[in-house]
Amino acid sequence: MAGSTTAERPVKAEGRRPGRASGDRSAITSSGKRNYLGGAFGWLWLAIIIIPIYWIVITSFKSASGYFSGNAMAPPTAPTLDNYRLVIESGFVRYFANSVIVTLGAVVPAVLFSFMAAFAIIRGGGRFLKGVNAVFLMGLAIPLQATIIPVFLIIIKLSLYDSLLALILPSIAFALPLTILILGNFIRDVPNELFESMRLDGSSEWGTMWRLAFPLTKPAIVTVSIYQALQVWNSFLLPLVLTQSPDLRVLPLALFSFQGQYSVNIPAVLASVLLTTVPILVLYIAGRRQLLSGLTAGFSK
Amino acid sequence: MGAVTPSATGRKTGSLSWLVLPALVMFVGFGIIPLIGVVVLSFTNWDGIGAITAAGFANWGSVLTDPGLPHALGVTFLVMFLSWAVQTPLSILLGVFISGHQKYRAVLAVLYFLPLLLSSAAIAIAYKALLDPNFGLGAGLGLPFLSQNWLGRPALAMGVVIFIVSWQFIPFHSLIYQGGVRQIPRSMYEAAEIDGAGRVRQFFSMTLPQLKNTIITSSTLMIVGSLTFFDLIFVLTGGGPSDATRVLALDMYLRGFRGSLMGPASVIATILVLIGLALALLLQRLGGRGGASSQLEGA
Repeated sequence: MAGSTTAERPVKAEGRRPGRASGDRSAITSSGKRNYLGGAFGWLWLAIIIIPIYWIVITSFKSASGYFSGNAMAPPTAPTLDNYRLVIESGFVRYFANSVIVTLGAVVPAVLFSFMAAFAIIRGGGRFLKGVNAVFLMGLAIPLQATIIPVFLIIIKLSLYDSLLALILPSIAFALPLTILILGNFIRDVPNELFESMRLDGSSEWGTMWRLAFPLTKPAIVTVSIYQALQVWNSFLLPLVLTQSPDLRVLPLALFSFQGQYSVNIPAVLASVLLTTVPILVLYIAGRRQLLSGLTAGFSK
Repeated sequence: MGAVTPSATGRKTGSLSWLVLPALVMFVGFGIIPLIGVVVLSFTNWDGIGAITAAGFANWGSVLTDPGLPHALGVTFLVMFLSWAVQTPLSILLGVFISGHQKYRAVLAVLYFLPLLLSSAAIAIAYKALLDPNFGLGAGLGLPFLSQNWLGRPALAMGVVIFIVSWQFIPFHSLIYQGGVRQIPRSMYEAAEIDGAGRVRQFFSMTLPQLKNTIITSSTLMIVGSLTFFDLIFVLTGGGPSDATRVLALDMYLRGFRGSLMGPASVIATILVLIGLALALLLQRLGGRGGASSQLEGA
């Protein structure tokens, strides 16, 4: 592993730098020959990705009657915002707020706890921390949705059934294994000399964690935070099982019941699909470099 | 370990252990205890509301002899295999493509990621409408072969599930492969060039073997992930038509929360956990000692 560890360094360093690497390390394309197969497939895949999204967008601006009369792939002849108005009037502001509360309430503690745990696992040693690490690694291999029935029972026993906290607590737990793994990989890359010099300066491990490890792993922290926010924001099974009041619906669940209610009004259903994605899209546009390069580095180790 | 190794700070280990406690408490409470709980509940009767009573091996007996189990297992493994077999080559191809540093490829990579922003529920809802034989894609593009009763026929519904899974997750895996490809030293390609190896030859004799660990990481995520395709299938087909897409996770939900049979549902859940663990161990084995095992252990 030692050899490949050094080979990994540059890639991760690149992940750290939002400025993006220049083309000089390009392995494949340096040959001068063109990768026609890859190129053709790259554009084909773009079409496969974009056509359904294009259709969702244009249809969401069509009137219900326009949807059934016009060509599905043609833009609306008389664009309308009625569908969006219907969605917003159906309580989506409330559902949106619920989703924000659950997402922030789960991701902030999950990433914070993971960072502290990853720091302890990497910097500490001994049987206890090794054992803890093994437990989290096992968590990676287990489809955690399979534990939904006992989670349901525990939530009932804690008198949390049908509350937003019921969604937050398991979401934190489900996010931990992967977040700890990724943050651990990044903390491990902080040069040991830096830790040594902090120690010689008389810094406590607690101080070292916040003043050295935290700033140096910040890009990774942003990446995993966005990634986990995406997971929690889009989670469906937990809210389906752990809540029942219409007031407590989070967006994916609200979408599901909305499409049940308005199954014939396809444009309105698609407007609801798009509206639930807007905040994530904004987050993605703001953090896309970070997210893409961070995920690449985090998973390719 | 000597005093000069990184674990020299081991002297202070005692003072670090408490840092794992918040994470550990949460994970034990909502991860480990439920994991044990699912096995315990598989030996009980519970309707989800009333009292929980002991059932011995009755649930196991009834589930293991239920013809629904081999069917759901078969569907689960079929989804697992097909989604892996479709996604892996396409993700590698796309990953190699976006590993180039050209500007337009970076732009494409950003666009590829869009489906990952949508929830599985949203994607399922949108595709249900898009695949409508009368008003959807086929009618819009004027391509009759796209106007099929996609979700009404068992084989087609399975195909649709695999397609949508690929649509949603190939971008993510191609990112992983992009990272893997960029780690391959450029000098290896230069050497191959001098030896006169063509592009195809380079791909198969260098790129692919160098990507071994990446393939294992990506495959592990795909395969364990395929056990949890609940949202998509639940919203898209509800397991139909005629149970053609009733995977284990859905079977568990329907038995437990729709059928109020938490005991048998817990049997299914236990089987799911065992399959997940077995597959993860198997894949780590494949990776050898220097491979995925140490990747996962971070050694």
